Amino acid sequence: MTAALAEKNGTDSAHPPAPSSRPPTAHRRRKPGRERAFDEVPRWQIYVPLGIYLVFTLIPFYWMLLFAVRPAGSTSLVPWPMTGEHFSKVWNERSFAVFFQNSMIVGVCTLITTTLVALAGGYALARFNFKIKNAFMLALLCSQFIPGALMLVPLFEIFKNLRMINSLGSVVIAETVFQLPLSIILISGFIKNVPVSLEEAAWVDGCSRLRAFCAVVLPLLRPGLIAVGSFAFVHSWNHFLFALMFLSEQDKQTIPVGLNTLIGADSVDLGALAAGGVIAAVPVVIVFAFIQKWLITGFSAGAVKG
Amino acid sequence: MAQAAAVATPPKVPRRRSASPRRLPYLLIAPAGLLMLGFIAYPVVSVFYYSLQNYNVTKPWRNGFAGLDNFTRIFTEDDQFWTTLGFSAQWVVTQVALQLTLGLALALIVNQTFIGRGISRAMVFSPWAVSGVLTSTIWILLYNSSTGFSRYLADAGIGDYGTSVLSDTGTVFWAATVAELWRGVPFFAILILADLQSVSKELYEAASVDGAGRLRQFFHITLPHLRDAIILATLLRGVWEFNNVDLLYTLTGGGPAGETTTLPLYVANTGIEGHDFGYASALTTVAFVILLFCSIVYLRLSKFGGDHK
Repeated sequence: MTAALAEKNGTDSAHPPAPSSRPPTAHRRRKPGRERAFDEVPRWQIYVPLGIYLVFTLIPFYWMLLFAVRPAGSTSLVPWPMTGEHFSKVWNERSFAVFFQNSMIVGVCTLITTTLVALAGGYALARFNFKIKNAFMLALLCSQFIPGALMLVPLFEIFKNLRMINSLGSVVIAETVFQLPLSIILISGFIKNVPVSLEEAAWVDGCSRLRAFCAVVLPLLRPGLIAVGSFAFVHSWNHFLFALMFLSEQDKQTIPVGLNTLIGADSVDLGALAAGGVIAAVPVVIVFAFIQKWLITGFSAGAVKG
Repeated sequence: MAQAAAVATPPKVPRRRSASPRRLPYLLIAPAGLLMLGFIAYPVVSVFYYSLQNYNVTKPWRNGFAGLDNFTRIFTEDDQFWTTLGFSAQWVVTQVALQLTLGLALALIVNQTFIGRGISRAMVFSPWAVSGVLTSTIWILLYNSSTGFSRYLADAGIGDYGTSVLSDTGTVFWAATVAELWRGVPFFAILILADLQSVSKELYEAASVDGAGRLRQFFHITLPHLRDAIILATLLRGVWEFNNVDLLYTLTGGGPAGETTTLPLYVANTGIEGHDFGYASALTTVAFVILLFCSIVYLRLSKFGGDHK
């Protein structure tokens, strides 16, 4: 039952005005060979522009894959025969194995800290009225305008004083902090969509606030938590500047920095660069495929409606 | 059945003795609040503080209070500041305008019902998950003059491309623009699509009955509905495009000949590579004030949140 409710929360209750617009679906999904509905666009007006855009989107991906699996020196546009030489070179000689591990640590730690801290903050915003609530909301919104790149110098000083330069912890903290405002806003949006009455019923049944939250609210928040956690993971996986600046030892670096050193190499080894790119892309593509259907719901529940 | 129980009992709820509910919300926002105080608020204040200092690691004997010297230097002596500010403006306006147009079109298309919609959505949105450095990597492969896309075009007899588009001052702007569009458009499309889903179908039905064409429906129903989402998305994206350095840093390194150096790139060069933290902080302060000013003017002009629906 909770699973069904979670699905419902993820898809429907994110759009309160939706119910009135649902019924037409019945007559919109018809068999081929039917007459056109009032709101239907000629097919070519969908497929032609979409096709052009798909080509623009996919060619760059194809190009990277092609260079990654094509033997050095080949100019063929078909990746056959395939070779793994670029991958093994990047993974072993260019220490991408280490970078990958570091990026994973940073990504997973950022995911956990961001989700937990944002869950607490989001719950406070969604369920309580307290004195500094508006000030806190304002601070969250304002922080969106503060450029992370321009704060490198003071952040560097802080981590130097904390003796955290060259520790992955500094990057985890920095990523978490810059991920928090949006995450809190998103999660509080999701919590607002869970009726208070559900929680109150659990209190009446004798649950503590915490237990009621864990048993009743948390299962319904699953889509929201997945969206927020994935954003945090993808962002910290991709982000380049903090790792570049706070981690000076090579064996502490993350994948984007490793890619940048490949780009900066004097004689650019394009095969190695492409293979590094593929390694960098794989985790985010997996995460993306997984969250894709929650992405739109996540934005409409939290970000757009505030 | 949980709901039924809730309806039966009045909303008055027995209070828990532990963790006084007065203090609980403060306890809950404490972790987020402390992190943001320490790693956002404090750095912001120290940027303002450094901007009034001579603070240069390579010239420690000159360090100390400088008053407004850094700021006078920006506005009277530093030509590079104006050049990079100009490029930043050009970059932000181009990106936001093109991303909005293309993103809106893309969102309208994938909002239709058609065969293969799910997989198309997944594919056209996929660059969203790709980082600036990875985008650079991919486009460096495509733009490479000896093995890139242009080489194949030249082989097929279409055009003649001697040098990489990234090392030519005439083409580098558009080359970088296309690369950034590739991953920027999906973001806009996702945001707009999210809002499109809440437009009531009845409105279109009614408009259609009244004889309004597709174009009129778009301008009189869709656009007004999307208004606030578009204003907010363009603003956030503008700020983000202004501040972001990942792509340009790795794709062009600000070159050739400083042609693609944005203000934040210039700040990073001054502060991190030039070790002139005081001056970099003053530049940061000026950038922040400009950004804040533009945002406020934009929100005023666009009448965000006004009852225009």
